[in-house]
Amino acid sequence: MAFLAYFLRRLSLVIPTLVGVTIITFTLTYVLPGNPAVVKAGPLVSPEMVKELEKQMGLDQPFWVQYGRYVSGVLHGDLGESASTGRPVLKDFKQRLPATLELTLASLLIALVLGIPLGVQSAVHRDTAIDHIGRIVGVAGVAMPTFWTGLLALYVFFYLLGVAPPPLGRIGPGIEPPHAITGLYVVDSLLTGNWKALGSALHQLMLPSLTLGLSVMAPIARMVRSTMLEILESDYVKAAWAAGIPRRRVIYGDALANAMIPVITILGIVFGFLMAGNAVVESVFAWPGIGNYAITSLMTKDSGPIQSFVLFVALLYVIVNFIIDILYGLIDPRIRLE
Amino acid sequence: MSAVIEVRDVSVRFATDFGEVEAVDGASFEVREGEILGLVGESGSGKSVTATAILRLIRRPGRLTGGSIVLGGRDLARLGEDELQKVRGTEITMVSQTPRTALNPLITVGEQVARLFVLHAGLSKADARKRAIEMLAMVGIPEPERRARQYAHQFSGGMCQRVMIAMALATSPRLLIADEPTTGLDVSTAARILDLLRDLGHRTGASILLITHDLGVVATTCHRVAVMHAGQMVEVAPVRALFAHPAHPYTRALVRSIPRIDCEVAMEPIPGAVPSLLNIAPGCRYAGRCPWVEERCRQIKPGMTEIAPDHLVACYAVEDGRARVV
Repeated sequence: MAFLAYFLRRLSLVIPTLVGVTIITFTLTYVLPGNPAVVKAGPLVSPEMVKELEKQMGLDQPFWVQYGRYVSGVLHGDLGESASTGRPVLKDFKQRLPATLELTLASLLIALVLGIPLGVQSAVHRDTAIDHIGRIVGVAGVAMPTFWTGLLALYVFFYLLGVAPPPLGRIGPGIEPPHAITGLYVVDSLLTGNWKALGSALHQLMLPSLTLGLSVMAPIARMVRSTMLEILESDYVKAAWAAGIPRRRVIYGDALANAMIPVITILGIVFGFLMAGNAVVESVFAWPGIGNYAITSLMTKDSGPIQSFVLFVALLYVIVNFIIDILYGLIDPRIRLE
Repeated sequence: MSAVIEVRDVSVRFATDFGEVEAVDGASFEVREGEILGLVGESGSGKSVTATAILRLIRRPGRLTGGSIVLGGRDLARLGEDELQKVRGTEITMVSQTPRTALNPLITVGEQVARLFVLHAGLSKADARKRAIEMLAMVGIPEPERRARQYAHQFSGGMCQRVMIAMALATSPRLLIADEPTTGLDVSTAARILDLLRDLGHRTGASILLITHDLGVVATTCHRVAVMHAGQMVEVAPVRALFAHPAHPYTRALVRSIPRIDCEVAMEPIPGAVPSLLNIAPGCRYAGRCPWVEERCRQIKPGMTEIAPDHLVACYAVEDGRARVV
């Protein structure tokens, strides 16, 4: 009961946030230089034609009217058209979203699977070799921009060593993508037992997800480390030692569970890094996702997709943070019962 | 009465930025079958460190540098970590001075007691739960069924301490170490917690090492007392003897500093403060505050001498009869 109340309370906070997000995305494109009517009409039309087009597109209406039309469009699933592909933005998005999700989730998984144990071990073996190595890896991961590590990884593993495939999308040339269930190639090929596609999809995913995953692993490992250092000194961990609870269970059970609150908080921030990093990594590896799409659109000043990308990332952010709030409540009874 | 645990010449050193500090310098005492031994001393006298050393939980930058801790024929000072883990929580348990924060905030109180039964007694989850509720009832927690499903933050300090005691006695230990168990509790709660400890210790047959700086607690709760000063054990005596005939100059001063309501004796504070343990002279660490100090006190630490049955004191002046015990 208490949890349901908590859930609803959190959910009610999502709506004003979403309204704010639409206002900001709309205002951004409204105040940005460049006239959409000119972009649509092309450079060779007369000013009268532009005026006519503005009227047609509603650009002569006041700000709030335009905003209202925009929101009503978004609510009806109308995100406008892409000037470069000539298709509705929503359609382009739907087609590219699984690629982005696959890359993001794989990177997040890598960051968590490597970052959490690294942080725990750094805390448990404080100021030893493990701790120092963890620190160096962490600083390197943060300090090197992903476009550079991506290119470096390609140079070494594709060009020099030849162990990585050429950066040409999500699946090797000539291999049929698995039957679409979730849209994630790795998951779909697992579900359909298509081992050939699975191997190729994992192979293609390897370098981009490692590039992105290692770049966000560091903040996770550092947060786990610092929280664990504090918690390992806490009274209840000392009491657990004194009660003869086995070492592994004290560290990975009692202590790590209590360290998860700040770690989950940082996940929200890490998610932001991932979305930003996505756009860059996707273009380095020619990954057919929405980040790549947004960057291409940015190059061609195609405002519809950009606006929608910003809206979409903001929406994801709100959803992720909502999930994080719910996780807090699941993990910590003190928050749930407040 | 035979000893449950014998601590002999235990020393603990801590590395600090300014050099090594010997926080416990050759402490020796035993806790006997069914008794409550009080371990008293000022803050920083090494009481808690001694307790931590008994559990072999001294961690860097500290280390156990010598001595033996014999429990049931085994020397804990020489056991490996795997074997120690089996001793902790089964044969020796601990109640800490911070009941509110010593319970894991994310696990229900009942589960924290129950998992000890699963871990140490091999009970099934359901049986362990039942036993946990029985334990909570035994330590006087009302509505134990309902309270077992709650979390530490829903308990008062006194109730948390009752839970800690339930956890400490769950596995029928031979020795329970209670490290200032009433710190931070109000006076009446503290008294009830001490009553509970005494009563349950008696019923379960666990011997108790009660660490405190409160001589009033010692007088009402303990059978025997060990007095520590600056990491050294200065006197061990039955509780009556200690209050009636304190021998070591430090103990005398301690006893004289207790306010009394039954006669017109002025309280006397002890001159000086606990000495810094950095670069301290090898002898008696009370030398700087002692009225009977002589040169050898600073050079060689006096050994424990039995001045009356069961009454041990470490002091040259008492040994020589210069400081007559009244």
